[in-house]
Amino acid sequence: METEFTPIMSLLGGVLIGLSAVLMMASFGRITGVSGILGGLFTFTPFTNLWRLAFVVGVILSPFIFRKATGITPDYHVSSDVVILVIGGLLVGLGTVIGSGCTSGHGVCGMARLSKRSFFATALFMVSAIVTVYVMRHVI
Amino acid sequence: MQTLISLIAGLIFGYGLVLSGMSNPAKVMNFLDLTGSFDPSLIFVMLGAVVTTFIGYRLVWRMERPFISGELQNTLKSQIDGRLIVGPILFGVGWGLVGLCPGPALASLTFGGLSALIFFVALIIGMLVSKLIVRFI
Repeated sequence: METEFTPIMSLLGGVLIGLSAVLMMASFGRITGVSGILGGLFTFTPFTNLWRLAFVVGVILSPFIFRKATGITPDYHVSSDVVILVIGGLLVGLGTVIGSGCTSGHGVCGMARLSKRSFFATALFMVSAIVTVYVMRHVI
Repeated sequence: MQTLISLIAGLIFGYGLVLSGMSNPAKVMNFLDLTGSFDPSLIFVMLGAVVTTFIGYRLVWRMERPFISGELQNTLKSQIDGRLIVGPILFGVGWGLVGLCPGPALASLTFGGLSALIFFVALIIGMLVSKLIVRFI
């Protein structure tokens, strides 16, 4: 399925993601890694981090503000295959905890900090994802 | 106060994801599909986010401490170990299979229907399982 090339909207969206990361750093010195923030809510230790819950709730509720502001319901097309969804979800959960970060923590904040580990991790998950899409769409 | 700022940061972050198109798995998959229906939009998301954060962090790091609480996190580890190889490879396979990473998995919960919920539950189970595994490595 084709999607429209949206350089301006994507650039503006990226700037907002960056501003959010800068706000988190400026207000209480935190790196904005969604996998880390989300993972911190699901631990085997007692719950102490209300700020994590607040950030997660903000991300979950943000589409309502988007809809109010623009009147547009966000596009969303995803696999309807439950097996693919479950395997994909499990691997994203496993991989981001083992690798200590995802697209935001390594890809945005880490690269902005010029972290060698984050450049390495980002290159690796990009290649891994590109190979996966190639195999699923053009080989199998 | 910290809770309120986090909520606002989450709203801005999620708004950015939706505006940029990253919350649409089809768009992410097309970005990754270099030889097929390639959509380069996400390069612009990355560019906007990294440049803004790069400049913003450097301005913030001139402060003595954050304006609410805590310390400014700016220590870099440089060691590349097995976890930093295995983790991103597994994450990339999952991301490539469905087109959702953790941020968009959250942002799509209210409009992605049952598929978004199934993915989210599997993601949390994956996180819990790997935390158990990591304890025993």
